[in-house]
Amino acid sequence: MDMNTKKLKKNAFRVTKVRGITASRIRVPGGHLDAKYLSKIQEIAETYGNGTVHITNRQGFEVPGIRFEDMPKVNEMLQPIIEGLEINQVEPNTGYSASGTRNVIACIGNRVCPYACYDTTSLAKRIEKEIFPNDLHFKIALTGCPNDCAKVRMHDFGIMGMTLPMLDRDRCISCGACVRACKKKSTEALKAVNFRPQRDESKCIGCGECVINCPTSAWTRDTNKYFRLTLMGRSGKKNPRLGEDFIKWVDADSIVKIIKNTYDYVTEYIDKDAPGGKEHIGYIIDRTGFEEFKKWALKDVELPECAQISTPIYWKGIKY
Amino acid sequence: MGYHMDQKAFDQCLLKLSKEYTIYAPKRFDGKGAFSDTDLIRYGEVKTVEEIEFNEKSRFSFKEILLPITQTLFYFTENEIKEADSEQRGAIVFLRSCDLHAVKRLDEIYLRNGFEDVYYKRIREKVKFILIGCSESFDSCFCVDMGTNRSKEYSAGVDKKGEDYYLDVKEEEWKELFSLNATKEQDVTIPYVTETKTTVHIPENLSFAVAKSTMWDEYDSRCIACGRCNFSCPTCTCFTMQDLFYTDNGKVGERRRVHASCMVDGFTGVAGGGQYRKKNGERMRFKVLHKVLDFKQRNGYQMCVGCGRCDDVCPEYISFSNCLNHLEEGMKEVSDHE
Repeated sequence: MDMNTKKLKKNAFRVTKVRGITASRIRVPGGHLDAKYLSKIQEIAETYGNGTVHITNRQGFEVPGIRFEDMPKVNEMLQPIIEGLEINQVEPNTGYSASGTRNVIACIGNRVCPYACYDTTSLAKRIEKEIFPNDLHFKIALTGCPNDCAKVRMHDFGIMGMTLPMLDRDRCISCGACVRACKKKSTEALKAVNFRPQRDESKCIGCGECVINCPTSAWTRDTNKYFRLTLMGRSGKKNPRLGEDFIKWVDADSIVKIIKNTYDYVTEYIDKDAPGGKEHIGYIIDRTGFEEFKKWALKDVELPECAQISTPIYWKGIKY
Repeated sequence: MGYHMDQKAFDQCLLKLSKEYTIYAPKRFDGKGAFSDTDLIRYGEVKTVEEIEFNEKSRFSFKEILLPITQTLFYFTENEIKEADSEQRGAIVFLRSCDLHAVKRLDEIYLRNGFEDVYYKRIREKVKFILIGCSESFDSCFCVDMGTNRSKEYSAGVDKKGEDYYLDVKEEEWKELFSLNATKEQDVTIPYVTETKTTVHIPENLSFAVAKSTMWDEYDSRCIACGRCNFSCPTCTCFTMQDLFYTDNGKVGERRRVHASCMVDGFTGVAGGGQYRKKNGERMRFKVLHKVLDFKQRNGYQMCVGCGRCDDVCPEYISFSNCLNHLEEGMKEVSDHE
């Protein structure tokens, strides 16, 4: 049997334990999809797979038990899913055009969750549109608020929603709900001064608890959307580590630009001998130094005035 | 006299009226809801008809105009005191029938409850009301059962039908203005609802004996004592005092009153750290019985106007109307024990 495994992997199939058997990896950008696509996935699994579906860690479906020779037919069946989920594709009916950059994942966000500071799936899809298809190994995750249910600090780019709380002083009745919520559930950024809450900007993480807990709507959200961008978290063998804060109070436009700039940076500096052309961005930054990365990442980026950049960044994590 | 007019003509009327009055109405504040990308409907100043929210119930009531959430009463410095200036301009308030009935309750409490409250009176005297007709009720409304579904004591009433506005103007001084802008003069009846999806039954024999019922116990754990029910209620009128000393000069400051809630910690606090109603169920009992028993015993009519806002805003899904409907069982429970 002759099979170009490089092409197979790039086409979002997997080389499995069983010779001649592959698995199709179906991505769901932002983790949210119309229910009608589930029956399409079922159809693929029951027609060409072994009738089972694995729900992946990156918010996708992996359909195992597919024979190599059925891949073209599976790709044809994938077409309505790829189109329906608005995934960038080079040529129709040929499946996914690349698999290096991983699915952009998101928590359920403010479509459902009261804590979320923004629509995570929409921003995930916007980022998806900008970067796919791409062979470089990037992992991006979005979460609605600093609870970080999506565990974005385990990703190269972690995007965490932040709410800038605004106080209408005349609506405040000094009930203390915000101060208590901030102390017990968040970072104790609020204290009562002269009957009214005073916000310590350096402590506030923009979780929005003050707004959620305010009974008179004295606290409301700034209509501008802000985020915390964390960098270079990763799992893996060599040096797993949590992502560190790069910019607090950054806007969505800047985040998109920074991610795109990072593709240029990686293209320039990636280890040309990296196994499978795959190297975690963090190792590249370790090699070039953080300042060089920052120079590339922030090229032509116009940050909002309130943005706070952490520099330099040092990562911890387990080293062997 | 009744008038038909389009939005542009109504705007003209408001523009003219705004020379003398500040106009307040339920208004949509984009993105200002507690959850992200949700709106807040509350009272605010409007200049045009378009800004008025006719389709959704306001989360907070009109009472914030008659009783500002924060109101400075006077300023003090060493040996002198200066009363805070009063607003010179009059106000026009757009509200629905339940809320217009709530005005009567506020007047009862602030004007006829032993003495006149000067701070309330000086605003109240200058306020005129425009009734917003209700063709249908919202899910949580129970105005019909509280007898507040219909109002007649307004300066003007408005019935919005699509892009057309039908006005019933009672204020003599306004008639010429509306007549000038009207497409035509015609009889106008402001619509009101005659049935609501939510209904309540308050037992005839309701007495304070029900305080001993176990019906309040569930609220000990369900209620979080946030006070949203009180702050959104058009008839809750409690306030607390704050003496504020300016930070740069501690000899100067102001006394202000701010809304207070019988559900929030501290409301029944007394010297020595005691609290009369510690349990949230006790607070719920106090609130409910004040709304549908105590006030009535004093004034001859119910305090609650059935606007249903307390049901709408409770983050723990505690329904005031549902609680009222348990009063009968509660009464039965306590009378069985006797």
